[in-house]
Amino acid sequence: MSPVAKGPVRQALSTLPPRPELGPAPRIKVPSLSERVLPSGLRVVAVRRASVPLVEVRLRVPFAGRARSHLAQSSVLTDAFFSGTEIRDAHELAQAIQALGGGLSAGSDADRLAVGGSALAAHLRALLDLLAEVLVQNAYPAEEVAGERARIAEEISISRTTPSTLAGEAVSRRMFGDHPYGRDLPTVEEIHAVTPASLRRLHRDRISPAGAVLVIVGDVNPRRAIDDAEAALAGWQPDGRKPTSLPAVPAFVPGGISLLDRPASVQTSVRLVLPAPSRQHPDYPALSLANTVFAGYFSSRLVANIREDKGYTYSPHSAISHAELASYLTVDADVATDVTAPALVEMWYEQARVAAAPVTREELDSARRYLTGTLALSTASQAGLATTLVRLLDNGLDAAWLRDHPAALAKVTVDDAYRAARRWLAPAASATVLVGDAGVIGGGVEALGALSSLTLD
Amino acid sequence: MPAVTEKRVHRLTLPNGLRVVVAPDPAAPVVGVAVYYDVGFRSEPEGRTGFAHLFEHLMFQGSARVGKMEHPRLIQGSGGTMNGSTHPDFTNYFQAVPSNALELTLWLEADRMRSPAVTEENLANQVAVVQNEIRVNVMNRPYGGFPWILLPPVAFDTFANAHNGYGDFSELEAASVQDAEDFFRRFYTPGNAVLALAGDVEAKEAFALVRKHFGDIPARRTPKRPAFSEPPLPAQRRVVHVDPLAPTPAVAIGWRAPHPAREAKASFASVVLAELLAEGDASRLVQRLVLRDRIAISAEAYLGVFGDPFEQRDPQLFTITAMHPQPVAVDLVVDTIQQEIDRIADDGVPDDELTRVQSRLRAQLLRQTDQVISRTQQLAMFEQQRGRAELVWELPDLLGALTARDVQRAAGRLRSESASILVLQAGAAA
Repeated sequence: MSPVAKGPVRQALSTLPPRPELGPAPRIKVPSLSERVLPSGLRVVAVRRASVPLVEVRLRVPFAGRARSHLAQSSVLTDAFFSGTEIRDAHELAQAIQALGGGLSAGSDADRLAVGGSALAAHLRALLDLLAEVLVQNAYPAEEVAGERARIAEEISISRTTPSTLAGEAVSRRMFGDHPYGRDLPTVEEIHAVTPASLRRLHRDRISPAGAVLVIVGDVNPRRAIDDAEAALAGWQPDGRKPTSLPAVPAFVPGGISLLDRPASVQTSVRLVLPAPSRQHPDYPALSLANTVFAGYFSSRLVANIREDKGYTYSPHSAISHAELASYLTVDADVATDVTAPALVEMWYEQARVAAAPVTREELDSARRYLTGTLALSTASQAGLATTLVRLLDNGLDAAWLRDHPAALAKVTVDDAYRAARRWLAPAASATVLVGDAGVIGGGVEALGALSSLTLD
Repeated sequence: MPAVTEKRVHRLTLPNGLRVVVAPDPAAPVVGVAVYYDVGFRSEPEGRTGFAHLFEHLMFQGSARVGKMEHPRLIQGSGGTMNGSTHPDFTNYFQAVPSNALELTLWLEADRMRSPAVTEENLANQVAVVQNEIRVNVMNRPYGGFPWILLPPVAFDTFANAHNGYGDFSELEAASVQDAEDFFRRFYTPGNAVLALAGDVEAKEAFALVRKHFGDIPARRTPKRPAFSEPPLPAQRRVVHVDPLAPTPAVAIGWRAPHPAREAKASFASVVLAELLAEGDASRLVQRLVLRDRIAISAEAYLGVFGDPFEQRDPQLFTITAMHPQPVAVDLVVDTIQQEIDRIADDGVPDDELTRVQSRLRAQLLRQTDQVISRTQQLAMFEQQRGRAELVWELPDLLGALTARDVQRAAGRLRSESASILVLQAGAAA
């Protein structure tokens, strides 16, 4: 029962204040960086950001491997990274991290090992000492490695039943084939084949400060933070080996629809994939804007079409990803199984539309303000700034990008965005990947293009 | 460098009942704006499960002077971000924008507080969108709705506490424009909302803008919030659920947590206990079940349906979950969890362990306040759900002041005989 009287809430709208105009956008302050390349080759960057009494630390180390076993080995290595050193066991390490009010974790992709964490700012030196301990004295105790292997094997079985993970794996395979970039998940058999000895060897041979980057952001004095890093990490030295480089990625052959069968799936995970320019490429600012208008934010054409008009899906979006040797664009939409074919047609339509005709000036300006504003928002917290900086440095850029990229976005014309979209977003340059119930969707999709089935190992 | 943040809340209540809290911080030229309506899925009517969440979607469909998709377009087009979410006890709408977009953001929030524009077409469209949200988050993936949808019907008996807040497909489809109008008129009154602003804005300026845009929204009667409390469970409960997509089993155990208002200290002690039990590799359950005995793949402990211990009023659950390998019997997992709880209840907690856990909690709470969008949300949430926005800054000390005895007592409340256990069987086990 409604306790209030019936009848709509009415008011003379004309008496209400009109929609406010936007004033000039505030200027983005680019953080000033302190920086030192240590004799070991490790580049250390520190920024003072005193908003809360914490400190954020991000380390990236070149960590590529050509062998097929590298993916499984690096998975176990990162999961066992805090399992024990020459002086402390796993429990003691975990307690030490906890005592700093912090967390430390490790992960990897086909290019890099990433170690990151945070702590109360007063404990920065202790955090760096712990980091040095796992970098220099990691032991990979056999008993702990066995436990991690069993756990990862269970986690892989879960990942292989999760549509978003399966779709990510299918995209990597379609984009990069047999290249190391083509696999995200090792097999359970590969995991079981990893030995503690192979982890110690991999660690010794590959986890080197040469070419590595360490970013420190927080309520700290930057120069003293770098001094602390230099002192704490003095024992981490290169052994003269060159980092492994990966072969060039295979040429991408566009076209076709690759279908990974997932019986009884109530949705189809639709992914469009395309090569994209790197952040350094002259087309990057213009393509970023065209992509934003197309599907890069909630106010995009794709969301307006397949979500807000047709209700086919919940959160369609596109994004550009950057690996060391390749950048690529993916468009994601998880659509109800029975509308797979019509949803795909609409996605292709919006892709073709942005490549075939210029966006409006209004669309371009909206995307421009969005990319500029959200860059400022993402660097407004310690954690956000640390993550953004390490990504830039890892991509061969520096903090000046935080100023230069908005300036480049500001210069992009409608025509520039059109040219970039025509080159990079054209349907003829893309491929389609589907994860869904082949028995239900196969027939409808077959009518739309050359359909092939995709399998994962 | 910017001065240390002034940790002060400025308050205003408009004649129409809207409560406003402002926490200025000029460090970065961004401002957060959050509106919290004191209605969540516990208040939605029987036969209309999922309606509070559906209505949240409808609040983005336009209002008297704002067209469909225009709210997101204006916010994003000014360089900001926005979203909304539906919880047991509130529904929130929030944005982080460059400070030049503050007034525009207030104008947009005021317009939909005054009169959202719900049409048959928008309603049908958003029912389809929500159904796809449920497919992607629940139906199409393993462990969908585990345990937030699956555990409450085991632990509670009343519709308000037990039902699925995402909603039943047929009940979503039965929702009408009239339902939306009724729901809005009853629950989305200015007096039932808290508006929070944080970041690059001064209190005086903020209050002037709020008066200008929200001041003439007519007052309506503020709904009285029902008590949702339920009597204690007479005996342990256990329900088996088969997840057809899960390759490995899992279990969730829920207990009624201390009353957040009447037993505030005990409630805070439960927060520390959850951290001590399952946060990080040094925690009791991860050490014992995952790393030592290897009878679980993961373990978690938390308060509240979505893991925020401060967002819900009474009743809420203290929940422990574990995923475990198929060959491990669920009883062994449950018994070992109970052993670890009893060990704390019987022997207490060493001071050094408590100190470490409190350091971790302190850092985590500080970290949350560093982002303007989460700080703004917390200010509104604490003001509305706990009656004190200042808790944003006071919590680290409040949690840090708890003693080993407090945590021991919190563990003593988690008795085997009052547990509600959801056993998730792996329908896709090899």
